[in-house]
Amino acid sequence: MPGMEDLSHNFLTGRVEDLVKWARRNSVWPASFGLACCAIEMMATGASNFDISRFGMEVFRGSPRQADLMIVAGRVSQKMAPVLRQVYDQMMEPKWVISMGVCASSGGMFNNYAIVQGVDQVVPVDVYAPGCPPGPETLLHAILTLHEKIRTGEIMRRRDATGAGAGLDLPGDAPKPHLAVATPK
Amino acid sequence: MSDQETDTEVTEPAPPELVHGAPVTRSAGQEVVHPDRAAYPGVMEALRDDGFNMCVDVCAVDYLTRPARQLPDGMVAERFEVVVNLVSHAARRRLRVRVQVPESDPEVASLFPLYPGSEAMEREAFDLFGIRFSGHPDLTRILMPEDWEGHPLRKDYAVGRVPVQFKAAPASR
Amino acid sequence: MTRPPVTAPDAATAATSEGAQELHRRAATHPVELLREEGGVLRLPEGLVLDPGDMNVEVAEDETMIINMGPQHPSTHGVLRLMLELDGETVLRSKPVVGYLHTGMEKTQEELMYIQGSTNVTRMDYLANFFNETVFSVAVETLLEVEVPERATWIRMLLMELNRLSSHLLFMATNGMDLGAVSMMLYGWRERELVLSFFEATTGLRMNCNYVRPGGVAADLPDGWRPQVLSICEAILPRLDEYDTLLTGQPIFQERTQGVGVITQEAALALSATGPVLRSTGISWDLRRDMPYMFYDQVEFDVVVGTYGDAFDRYAIRLNEMRESIRLIRQIVDLMPGGDYRVQDKKVTPPPRARIDESMEALIHHFKLFTEGFKVPAGETYVAVESPRGELGGYLVADGSAKPYRFHMRDPSFANLQSLPVMLRGGFVADAVAVISSIDPVMGGVDR
Repeated sequence: MPGMEDLSHNFLTGRVEDLVKWARRNSVWPASFGLACCAIEMMATGASNFDISRFGMEVFRGSPRQADLMIVAGRVSQKMAPVLRQVYDQMMEPKWVISMGVCASSGGMFNNYAIVQGVDQVVPVDVYAPGCPPGPETLLHAILTLHEKIRTGEIMRRRDATGAGAGLDLPGDAPKPHLAVATPK
Repeated sequence: MSDQETDTEVTEPAPPELVHGAPVTRSAGQEVVHPDRAAYPGVMEALRDDGFNMCVDVCAVDYLTRPARQLPDGMVAERFEVVVNLVSHAARRRLRVRVQVPESDPEVASLFPLYPGSEAMEREAFDLFGIRFSGHPDLTRILMPEDWEGHPLRKDYAVGRVPVQFKAAPASR
Repeated sequence: MTRPPVTAPDAATAATSEGAQELHRRAATHPVELLREEGGVLRLPEGLVLDPGDMNVEVAEDETMIINMGPQHPSTHGVLRLMLELDGETVLRSKPVVGYLHTGMEKTQEELMYIQGSTNVTRMDYLANFFNETVFSVAVETLLEVEVPERATWIRMLLMELNRLSSHLLFMATNGMDLGAVSMMLYGWRERELVLSFFEATTGLRMNCNYVRPGGVAADLPDGWRPQVLSICEAILPRLDEYDTLLTGQPIFQERTQGVGVITQEAALALSATGPVLRSTGISWDLRRDMPYMFYDQVEFDVVVGTYGDAFDRYAIRLNEMRESIRLIRQIVDLMPGGDYRVQDKKVTPPPRARIDESMEALIHHFKLFTEGFKVPAGETYVAVESPRGELGGYLVADGSAKPYRFHMRDPSFANLQSLPVMLRGGFVADAVAVISSIDPVMGGVDR
């Protein structure tokens, strides 16, 4: 047919799995979970100098139901830990957690009665970003690491192995046995 | 030395300075009033009438491991101390008030009727030290979770360190 | 229609509920506490009571809702949980529940040597890092009875005023965003980056700098600091006029902040409010002028005071305090003397690194200082500065050892939050966000 000769340039082909992963990693929407000083640096990352928007992430959702990523930015106290878990549970799969700062990763400089020694005691963490507070560049590096993990599918593979997550089926992945939802500690 | 002065006049100590009946000491250039527990509400009310219109801070100290401290003569040092910092806007002056609170009966009058701004600070002292403030409208924990046991800032409450690899377990180095 | 019976909380709710710390139904609340939640500053003998009947209609208890805002909510003021009793959209009672960021910093302070103390203290009010550090350092120096060199004091003043700038810029950003002016968020942060890059050049860190230490400051100002600081002032000052144009005269902003969150002078004084909250009521009290510390009596600045005690006044005060800070910074740049940046007392400050290679004595001093620390003679003192939020004070009890026996930080936000019930009463839920933002609390300082 006349005009169809040039159409070959206008088509992209790829695996559905790759397209899904591309979409997922390029529009990860964070839930606002800023707790302490790291929250300030997280907001600085969202501001114009460091611009998290170039990764599609400037929409910090107020509701965890609309969010993909929880950046735990700051120290988690004993009183806040159940709240953290409740917000994490409200997020829909697929969801990821970045533990921003040393307080969230390990308790940081506060090795005492009041701080949960590492937020991975409460929620499963995908990427740890060290720093006190981590500068915006470090947070962006953590985010890009997360994007890379999404791209390679490493996260989903690990989730299958440990049983975390809601047991999603992506075309092309091996079928998963039915797994119970991970219960909070 | 004039021959009218006698020996007793030279050696006699100056009378203790009193503010509304409570002895006063000086600490690092600042004035500190030490009422006893019973006189405390009256002294605070008198100080407020004197022009100390703002209660800046109410906190507590647990002297369990270090009982010795600067107190006026004759004052019994108890385990807890409630420390109140006042400021007078008109006189541009600060004043500190320290009350001794015994461990056996850790209760002291609340400043809430005089200074409503002391409410949250007294709750913090209750939460972290276990000192009760009588007359406080809502003496519940404020910083720790509702069901927490113990009063964390007491000296006999451990800091709660988790052993960390390559660091010696005891808290004090 | 009968109300459904009150059921016991399920496991999920119970895990996040704080029991007695929450706002309860009126029947379950002590009358004194009820009046406090309604915003009555009360029980002064003169009868300074806010009449709870000032609402047009006394609303029956089963027609109201108790709702919960936070501790996780997008208003970006940290983990503050606010419980509100609402009659439709009108706030009748409110109660802030805090403690979600309690870090046990005062306990940790007792485990750290004095030279490490700044690292802990700086994270309390994490937007006013240098103020926290200065309060702690001055308290230690008072008990140590060392005299800090002049240059160190002027450097502290410079950094504190720059910190005031960065804190108020963050207030402008978050206040704007909370009210819907999202572009203000980006502008505020753009300006903040200028100040933070100077902090990074001087201290090594953008935030939580651990720079002001007992004895002076950790390092001298970098080469070329004068042009950098002056360029910050030159860049920010005209932009403050831009923010004036953007916000101050704008009808929507005025409607949302004027007359919102009003507090009277008596209430503010009684509730121990300080800083812009107190000054917005018309009381002119600023520690820098009224109880001068450091060299604030050698510089000229005005204290900005409001009239109506509303959110608009607090915004205007902070905007103009930024102008005053820039004025102060320019004077400090001119008046900065030469000299040492820390006291040259070998028992207190570590020797320069180069000396350690040359002198055994320097090596030993360095070793002892960083393993055992210096001992502070027994005593107690209270030191206060005017931070961006109000009076920031530190009460230090030393016992002659190398660690503080007790260090308590009097945080301005902790006291300022007590004014929330007064300010929220009778307003709308939407005003709650504007009011919290106008108080500008920092939960790190509130909970410590």
